[in-house]
Amino acid sequence: MPRTLSSRRSSHRLAADAGLLVVAAAFVLPLAWVVLSALDPHADLRVKLPDGLTLDNFDAVMTPDITFTPLLNSLLLCGGGTLLTVACAALAAYPLSRFRSRLNRPFLLTVLFATSLPITAIMVPVYALFVQVNLIDTMEGTIFFFAASQLPFAIWLMKNFMDGVPKELEEAAWTDGASSLQSLVRIVLPLMGPGVAVVTVFSFVMMWGNFFVPFMLLLTPDQMPAAVSINEFFGNRGTVVYGQLAAFSILYSTPVILLYVLVARRLGGGFALGGAVKG
Amino acid sequence: MKTATDPGLAKGPGPAAVPPARSTRPRRVPLLRVLPLTPAVVLLLLFLAGPIAYCAYIAFTDLQLTGQAEDSFVGFENFTTAFGDDAFLNAVWLTLVFTVISALVGQNTLGLALAALMQRASKPVRTLVGGIVITAWVLPEVVAGFLLYAFFRREGTLNAVLDWLHLPTQNWLFTLPILAVSFANVWRGTAFSMLVYSAALNEIPKEITEAAEVDGAGGWRRLWHITLPMIRRSIGTNLMLITLQTLSVFGLIWVMTRGGPGGRSQTLPLFMYEEAFQKSMIGYGTAVALLLLVVGSLFSVVYLRLLRTEV
Repeated sequence: MPRTLSSRRSSHRLAADAGLLVVAAAFVLPLAWVVLSALDPHADLRVKLPDGLTLDNFDAVMTPDITFTPLLNSLLLCGGGTLLTVACAALAAYPLSRFRSRLNRPFLLTVLFATSLPITAIMVPVYALFVQVNLIDTMEGTIFFFAASQLPFAIWLMKNFMDGVPKELEEAAWTDGASSLQSLVRIVLPLMGPGVAVVTVFSFVMMWGNFFVPFMLLLTPDQMPAAVSINEFFGNRGTVVYGQLAAFSILYSTPVILLYVLVARRLGGGFALGGAVKG
Repeated sequence: MKTATDPGLAKGPGPAAVPPARSTRPRRVPLLRVLPLTPAVVLLLLFLAGPIAYCAYIAFTDLQLTGQAEDSFVGFENFTTAFGDDAFLNAVWLTLVFTVISALVGQNTLGLALAALMQRASKPVRTLVGGIVITAWVLPEVVAGFLLYAFFRREGTLNAVLDWLHLPTQNWLFTLPILAVSFANVWRGTAFSMLVYSAALNEIPKEITEAAEVDGAGGWRRLWHITLPMIRRSIGTNLMLITLQTLSVFGLIWVMTRGGPGGRSQTLPLFMYEEAFQKSMIGYGTAVALLLLVVGSLFSVVYLRLLRTEV
C-alpha cells in the first residue's frame, strides 16, 4: 500500500485547511475594512493599513445626535419588543407543552408556518393599517409589531425547551396546591433558564438588526433606532466620512455580536434555523 | 439543533403522562388551560393576521397615499396592471436572478462546501473560519450593506485586489449591480447554510464514510453516493429557508444601490416599496406584496411538509 489511510487523511486535512483559509480571506476583507477604517484618520473605501492609529472617529460619532439617541431608541424598541415576545411566548408555550389537546397540532403548525412568512411583504399593509388606527410613528406600535413578528418563532423555541423540563416536578407542586401560573413562574421557567436566555437573545438580536420595520413604521427622526439613523446620517449625505461610518458601525454591531457569543454554545446549529424567521 | 428541526408535533414528549390527570381533573379546566395562550393569540391576530387580511383586501383597491377621498374596489386591475408593467416584470426577473445566484447556488453550495471542509480541517482553522463567516451573518443588515458597498465601490477593496492581480477592474455597482448585491447576500447569508450542513454532517455515522473510504471510494464518489443522499432532507429544508430569507431581503439592497441604477437591482421588495411610497400607489404596491406573500406561503407549506417527513 503506497499511501496509508492516515497519511491520506493528513494530506486531506492540509487541503481542507487551505481551502477554508482561502474562503475566509474573501470573507474577512469587508470586516477588516470596518475595523481598520474606524482607527484610521484618513480612511477611504479600501482596506489598507491605517496612516496612524486614532480614536478621533469614535470621538466624532459619540454625540447624542449620531450615537446615543439612536442606540437608546434601539434599546427601547428592541428591549420592549423582546420583553413582550418572551412573556407571551412563555405563557403560550406552557399549555402547548403541558396539556394534550386536539388544537395543539394545528396551532403549532400555524405558528411554524408563520415563522417562515416573508415579513417584508406585509409591511406596506401594516403601514396602511397603522395610519388608520393612529399607531404610525409611535414607539408602542412598532414594539407591538416587532413582538408579533418574532412571536411565532419564540413560541416554537420556547415550547421545545419547555418539553425538556420533566413534568414530575410540577406535579409535586400541584399537589402542594400551586396554581399553573405559580408552577410556570417558580418551577418551569427557572429550570429552563438557558432556553429562556436563548429565546430572549435571539429575539433581541433579530430586532436590533432589523431595518425595514422601523424604517416603515417610524417617521420622526428623534425616534429612529440605529438601524435607520445610520442610513440617514451616512447614506444620504453627499460626502461621507468613512472613518466615522466605520466607527459607528462598530458601536452599533458590538452588542449583538457579544450577545451571540454569549448564547452560541447553548444552541449550536439551532440558532442557525432562527435566521429563518427574518430576512 | 434538535430543538429547531424536530417538530415533535404529533407526539410532543411533554404531555406523555397526561391521560390519567385528565380524567381526575374536571371539565371546566380546558378554558383555564387556553387562557395563557390569549396574549400571544391576540398579538398575532392583531398585528400579523390582521395585516395579512388587510393586505388581501387593499390589493384589490386603488388606495393611494394622499389626495384621495375614498378608495374603491377595482377587482383584479392591480394584477393585470402588474403583468403588463415592464418595471414589475423586470423586478420579477431580478428577484429570480438574485434568489438563484445568491441563495440556491451561492449560499447553499458554499455553505455545504465550508461545512464539508470543516469536517476535515484542523481545529484552530475551523474555529477561525467559522468565527469570520458567522460574524458576517450576525452583523446588522444595514452594517453589512455599508461594508459591501465599500467593498464593491469603484474605489473599493475589490478593485484594489483585482488591480493587484493585474485583472481588469470596473465599477461593479454600476455595471453589474444585481451581481454585486447577490454576492453581498452570499457574504451575509452563507453562515446559515454552513451551520445547517455542519449539524447534518455531524449526524452521519463515522462508520459509513470510513467503510466507503476503505473500499476505495474517492472523495467525489463518497460525496455523491453517500453524503448527499444522507443529508437530502437538510438540503431540502435549507433550500426552502434560504429562499424565503432571500425573497424578503430589503435593507441590504437598499443600502447598497437603492434598487438602481435605473432599476437594475430592483427586486420585488424594493419595487413594492417604490410603488407604494415613492409613487404613492399603496393599492398597487400591496398587490405586488400579496404576490410575494403567496409565493412565500407556498414555499412555507413545502417547508412544513419537509419537516413532517423528517420526523
